[in-house]
Amino acid sequence: MKTSLLIILLALVTPAQAELTQQRLQELKHLLKHDCGSCHGMTLNGGLGPALLPGSLKDKPDELLFVTIREGRHGTPMPPWKSLLSDDDIKSIIKLLRTPPE
Amino acid sequence: MKKLFAIALILGSLNACSIPTLRATGDMGLIIERAIGRVQVVEHSQNTSLAKIEGLGDLSHASIVYSRDQRYGYVFGRDGGLTQVDILEQKIVKRVIQSGNSIGGAISQDGSLIAVSNYKPGGVKIFATRTLELVADIPAVYGDNKLSKTVGLVDAPGQKFVFSLYDAGETWVVDMQDTHKPVITKFTNTGSLPYDGLITPDGRYYIAGLFGEDGMALLDLWHLEKGIQRIMPGYGRGREPLPVYKMPHLEGWAMAGNRVFMPAVGQHEVVVADATSWKQVGSIPVYGQPIFVMTRPDNRQMWVNFAHPRNDTIQVIDVETMQVIKTLKPGKAVLHMEFTPRGEHVWMSVRDEDRVDILDTESFEVIKSLTVDKPSGIFFTNRAQKIGL
Ligand code: HEC
Repeated sequence: MKTSLLIILLALVTPAQAELTQQRLQELKHLLKHDCGSCHGMTLNGGLGPALLPGSLKDKPDELLFVTIREGRHGTPMPPWKSLLSDDDIKSIIKLLRTPPE
Repeated sequence: MKKLFAIALILGSLNACSIPTLRATGDMGLIIERAIGRVQVVEHSQNTSLAKIEGLGDLSHASIVYSRDQRYGYVFGRDGGLTQVDILEQKIVKRVIQSGNSIGGAISQDGSLIAVSNYKPGGVKIFATRTLELVADIPAVYGDNKLSKTVGLVDAPGQKFVFSLYDAGETWVVDMQDTHKPVITKFTNTGSLPYDGLITPDGRYYIAGLFGEDGMALLDLWHLEKGIQRIMPGYGRGREPLPVYKMPHLEGWAMAGNRVFMPAVGQHEVVVADATSWKQVGSIPVYGQPIFVMTRPDNRQMWVNFAHPRNDTIQVIDVETMQVIKTLKPGKAVLHMEFTPRGEHVWMSVRDEDRVDILDTESFEVIKSLTVDKPSGIFFTNRAQKIGL
């Protein structure tokens, strides 16, 4: 059951990403800093949840991050974001996570 | 004679400039500007901002305790910074980086010790209030030599500190009567993933909220021999919890008469429990997942804010009827509230609009707004005299 879900999700990850508007991108940056930041630290260097800096995520494939953000991690405080974030949003967030902070 | 004249001159000039106005700090406070590492010094008699103090590092999720003379604020930053701020001279007195990642702190009953709760490396460090020198280092070791994040650190009567271990599901009571020999009592069956803790205003009960299971863990500090008791098992049971976008805070948790009001985790409700039997006696449906549930100092009203994405709203509950009597929309991201000591006003941080609003708690009118950069916690000095704050 879990694996089939994963496969469907992986299929979702692969297609070319639609460009988000600049405004949406700004909103996502804000969300990442302040709302993800409430658990992962405002600078994403960790809090109740682990650090989400490029270095700490370098061994984690996009697919894993995608599934984690979309579905959350059951039994931990990491919530599913799918009702608030579209798949494109999530892909943009992963790009942001891979980019070293200025 | 000449000497006397000189002294007179000095006294005269002292009078004229060195002591221009005496000021006490009982109506003062600090507001965290979380994004730029700054605090604002404010006062709530005239509702003004008096100064800005910079250089406090990463203040996301920062909190403050006060020295018992209410002159100094101790600011706990996310980056492990512990900063002593002089609110009269409006400057930093001392600042130490005491860990890699911290979450909050507490001041001891006698005011001589400050304890800080750390995520990384997991544990609690205790400092002398006056010098910020390290007095005790208590790594939160569990299992196979692992370190747990610590949460819910509070002070308790008898010169104690109490906190919980998030990863280990434990609660530790640290007795600091002999500063050089902390005595630690460990309770290892708190439950799965305690995420925060609180102490009742009388200092008797410590309660940890559990993320990993239903219910809460209660420790009667008068009777440690009873151990951890599980209370309100299954509140919210039978319904799928909603995703939790922000962990509720238990500090400021409301107690009115025999009733206790607390945020439900993953539900749009405030849970009501009886404070003698610790059984759930009701629940109040609210607009979103509650973060802070705070009673006005006279216990007649409860003010509730909510998790993302419903954090633009505040609801006020009448304690007597347990009904929502007012829904306010202050703006985007209302993060924190603080009542004036006797409750005629409430200050609230509207983070995304860079504003702190001051409201009259009877008319619900905004009587003033202050410009504050990305405000989060608001802390008035009267906290200095309260157990657990
Ligand atoms: C309520 C707290 C909370 C919030 C809010 C939150 N997270 Fe998490 N997150 C966690 C926790 C706790 C974990 C660790 C889960 C575990 O134990 O596996 C985690 C894990 C993750 C991971 C996996 C990291 C790894 O090393 O495997 C990613 C990626 C992640 N979160 C991204 C996000 C993003 C993006 C947001 C905002 C859209 C967010 N989180 C918001 C608590 C949170």
